[in-house]
Amino acid sequence: MAVDQQKPRGSTTREGFRVLGVAVRREPVVFALSTIGSVLFAVLTVADAWVLGWSTENVVIPAFETGEIGADMLWAVVALFIGVALLRAVGIVARRLGAGIMQYRMQAHTRRAVTRKYLELPMEWHQRHPTGQLLSNASSDVEAAWAPIAPFPMALGTVVMMVIAVIQMFAADVVLALVGLLVFPAVLAANLIYQRIASPLMTQAQRLRAEVAEVAHESFDGAMVVKTLGREEEETARFTAKVHELRDVNVRAGRVRAVFDPVLAALPSLGVLVVLAVGVERVTSGAASPGALVTVAYLLTIVSFPIRAIGWLLGEFPRSVVGYRRVSAVLEATGAMPYGLRSAPRGAAGARLEVDGLQYAYDQAVPLLRDVTFTVEPGRTVAVVGATASGKSTLTSLLARLVDPDAGTIRIDGVDLRDLHDGALAEVVAVVPQTAFLFDDTVRGNVALGADVTDDEIWAALRTAQADGFVAALPDGLDAQLGERGTSLSGGQRQRLSLARALVRRPRLLVLDDATSAVDPEVEARILASLREGAAGTTLVVVAYRKATIALADEVVHLEGGHIADRGTHRELLGRNESYARLVNAYEVDAPVPPVVASEGVQS
Amino acid sequence: MSTTEHSTEEARPETVTTAATVRTNAQGTRMETGEEIGAMDTIRRGLRFSPELTEGFWGTLTLALVAALGQVIVPIAVQQTLDTGLNGPDGPDVGFVVTMGVAAFFGLVVTSFASYLMTSRLFATSEKGLATLRIKAFRHVHDLPLLTQNTERRGALVSRVTSDVDQVSQFLVFGGLLLIISAGQVLVATVIMLVYSWQLALVVWLCFAPLFISIRYFQRKLSAAYGVVRRQAGAMLSAVSEPVVGASVVRSYAVQERTQGRIDTSVDAFRSASTKAQKFTVISFSLGGISAGLANAGVLVIGVFLGFTGDMTAGSVLAFAFLVTLFVGPVQMGTQIITDAQNAIASWRRVIGILETPGDLVDPGPEGETLPRGPIDVRFADVTFAYPGGAPVLHDVDLTIDSGTRVAIVGETGSGKSTFAKLLTRLMDPSAGAVLLDGIDVRDIRAESLRRSVVLVPQEGFLFNDTLAANARYGRLDASDADLVASATELGLADWLAGLPDGLETKVGQRGESLSAGERQLVALLRAHLADPDLLVLDEATSAVDPELEMRIGRALERLMAGRTSVTIAHRLSTAEQADEVVVVDRGRVVQRGPHSELVLDVGSPYARLHASWVAQQGK
Repeated sequence: MAVDQQKPRGSTTREGFRVLGVAVRREPVVFALSTIGSVLFAVLTVADAWVLGWSTENVVIPAFETGEIGADMLWAVVALFIGVALLRAVGIVARRLGAGIMQYRMQAHTRRAVTRKYLELPMEWHQRHPTGQLLSNASSDVEAAWAPIAPFPMALGTVVMMVIAVIQMFAADVVLALVGLLVFPAVLAANLIYQRIASPLMTQAQRLRAEVAEVAHESFDGAMVVKTLGREEEETARFTAKVHELRDVNVRAGRVRAVFDPVLAALPSLGVLVVLAVGVERVTSGAASPGALVTVAYLLTIVSFPIRAIGWLLGEFPRSVVGYRRVSAVLEATGAMPYGLRSAPRGAAGARLEVDGLQYAYDQAVPLLRDVTFTVEPGRTVAVVGATASGKSTLTSLLARLVDPDAGTIRIDGVDLRDLHDGALAEVVAVVPQTAFLFDDTVRGNVALGADVTDDEIWAALRTAQADGFVAALPDGLDAQLGERGTSLSGGQRQRLSLARALVRRPRLLVLDDATSAVDPEVEARILASLREGAAGTTLVVVAYRKATIALADEVVHLEGGHIADRGTHRELLGRNESYARLVNAYEVDAPVPPVVASEGVQS
Repeated sequence: MSTTEHSTEEARPETVTTAATVRTNAQGTRMETGEEIGAMDTIRRGLRFSPELTEGFWGTLTLALVAALGQVIVPIAVQQTLDTGLNGPDGPDVGFVVTMGVAAFFGLVVTSFASYLMTSRLFATSEKGLATLRIKAFRHVHDLPLLTQNTERRGALVSRVTSDVDQVSQFLVFGGLLLIISAGQVLVATVIMLVYSWQLALVVWLCFAPLFISIRYFQRKLSAAYGVVRRQAGAMLSAVSEPVVGASVVRSYAVQERTQGRIDTSVDAFRSASTKAQKFTVISFSLGGISAGLANAGVLVIGVFLGFTGDMTAGSVLAFAFLVTLFVGPVQMGTQIITDAQNAIASWRRVIGILETPGDLVDPGPEGETLPRGPIDVRFADVTFAYPGGAPVLHDVDLTIDSGTRVAIVGETGSGKSTFAKLLTRLMDPSAGAVLLDGIDVRDIRAESLRRSVVLVPQEGFLFNDTLAANARYGRLDASDADLVASATELGLADWLAGLPDGLETKVGQRGESLSAGERQLVALLRAHLADPDLLVLDEATSAVDPELEMRIGRALERLMAGRTSVTIAHRLSTAEQADEVVVVDRGRVVQRGPHSELVLDVGSPYARLHASWVAQQGK
């Protein structure tokens, strides 16, 4: 998803301010607070100069001239300076804390919005976007987008500082003030040039950051494969290439910044020198007082601070704009799955499933399912049997409505899945996928998934799934933390927890997609036996290979290349369907017979 | 069936008592958090890992000092203009002011150029140093034992080589040297102040003393606060990854709201931790402003008194007021850097934490032994294995597998079979005893040689988001397309490959998710076959493949394994039926071994029992 050249680049500065505008509208109170703090700070910083000037005029000069000074005047100086400093501290606290709170709140808002979008967007969207990138959208892009919030109130406050300083400058001496003001257009020009050069680099850097994260994520995910095949060097090389690209872009961006920073710092200093030159002329000609010259020079050094602050703000813009665009691309993504208004059909323990003329192709290239039609009566069990990649898992993901068919319908108790409201399907159907996914949560959390179930019900489900034994042996039992994706458990244990998760919800249609592949035969047999008791009456669709499982089914749907090759009871199919028999009887061919000649004769 | 090999160890990490180098903290990770390393120590260690950071340090520092001089040019110019140019003994001296102005201008040009050189050097060295740090940390993650890798959340692991390093970068570029410069400026300002008036200099320092004293306290508070921030950031990343990685489960169970709730909680925890850290930052920063006010007042008042005694002129008191701003500026800058640095240091610690987590499986390197090519014989010599803090999962296993034989390892779930495979392929080392390949302790074999000769195909063969060919080539990098097709044909997978829309160029998607679980296993097998190992270990490698294909692959492997050693772990006992020898593991011990035909006759034995339930499954 190349967001880089997304739209013709207007002014980064303007877009940066627009992004800040979003934040201001979202958090007006905190923003106002921190801006007031900042203005207070700015006013008092200028007041500091004023206090200094006042003290010079009324205390220092008279004291040196007359050789004496009143105690009340001294106390006034002390009180003024300390009063200003205290108030200024209050301003700092309000500004920085406010800016911090605002920044963190905006990050939180955006992260919530982005993840909400992840939850809303359909599976197809997820399949098209790499994990690493989506994670980076929710983390570093969000950070980048709202980074300018930190210097923003300060910059705003310093504008006030600048205005006051400028007014004072004019009050002191109009000509000198005008000379001093030449600094502003110079700064503006320097800034524009900087933005122009830095923006593309920042864009590139942000994209590369995401790519570095992507490589790291994938590589750590596949750590075991990397290790077992000794491919650490190659992986490191892959990562290094990306890291070096990022490094080079950052160094280039740094060089640009290295030019910009000293120029920005030097401009006000140059301004002071020019003011001095002109000022001396005016002082000698009597047009200005030495005090006015000092004031203007001092104010100009004060003004250099706002200029830097504004520079910091503008310096954050390129990265912020890029981050915001990347985040917006997610927030603006469309294609949420449409839902109907029907609520979940209720009824007996088992639901009736009608699959009618299903057609589905991923990427439109090769159809994964074509014209699949079958019905399962309430309480009946259907086994879906087929070779590897014959479309079984695609069928189960359609039953869970992870995707919608290109043609055809799936109906539960006569209701088209697409007519059900959001969440209604899960009340009726539970699908146990081939690869179990566990949350970084406790056993209880993973099984209940927030459903209102008692511990007894959870234990019952665990028992049916033959998971009660190992869960009971965990130090904290149901409260044991499983770690991210349940990495602390074996594959078979994860599968059984995932099965218990389905069972505890008492679904009226239970779909098992080879959900016990990592479990040994003895345990699997026990699971099947207890399923018949624990989930009696539930309509069951099982993707399976093992004959014992298939034999439990009332009917078998034999998939071949995405369509139904045959339907009937296990016995019927064995009798009349050679490829079916070959598939399920494979284990009985004891001698290494070439597969093609396996005959009908080999059967139970 | 109670405990299993994995559940015991990792669900109970707090109980680690071994004096082992691997520590386990409250989060259950085995990864060093680095939290106990002090700030200075962190920087020292960080510099050791990234030597580039100190490259040209003195040059950069010199440039920095020159650049810093730029700050005093203007105040000096102002003072000179006032005292000499305007109020000189001979009246206003325009010529002097012009000369001085020109000199100051050139001074500014020089200092600005120095500042440019300094900043670009800083960017270059810190980016180089951090790239090195990232790469070292990344590499080290791969060198860590599987056990350690698995205790850390993936997202958190990724953040250690990405955003944590970015935080350090911010600090190094804008903080590290600036801190030194600020210190230098404070020093220079102090010296100049001393030259003007030692009494006033003392006043200024006295006013700032409370700030300097309290900095350490705030630093400690901040360090702790930012430690929490980084931890919460890791937890948040993990939560954020759930709707992405678990997209299908979230949808099929309609638990969007609950998932969102968990994300919201972690997002909020991160937000409030950050806000808390910000509070400390703000308070410590605002102290600087108050000190500055005190100093200003003090300078003027005391300055006036010094004027009475004839120690100071009006000009020098005013110049001193300017000098105070020169002092205050860097002090505030320094305070800010020190506070902001806590965040960077917390991040730096986490990255260093990875590098300091011992990689248990030490590669003996070039001095190590090389396995000769050809079938390998395996010996488990009194091998005991326990996960840290757990009970042993393998007890005194003593076992020899002759070279060139096909061995099946069977046993109930949790009997220790997978542990066996992991020890054999040195994903873990035994707690006691030794695993010998061709008579050589695996710990003495060079990693490169070991990985070349021994290949494990795990149950979930991870695929990279690339083409099928690229994934298969992971087994042998120089394999041509023809080699790939030939290998697939040998395994009996030619039909399957031909049936894929883009054949070898088929994109497998993230983690291979565009393929079915069975197909992913086929790619993993193809990959292993291409690697051409002398010892092949299959751990449930075909569990998701249909029976017919599994048998076909089994027979193909049988042919291909001629002249090699193979160890297969499978629930489907069809494998055992065809192996030369079956090893039955029960509760961490080898309880039976021999050919299938003999074992199955031993009625009542564990194997006979397992086999009976397998047969029942098959409906024979």
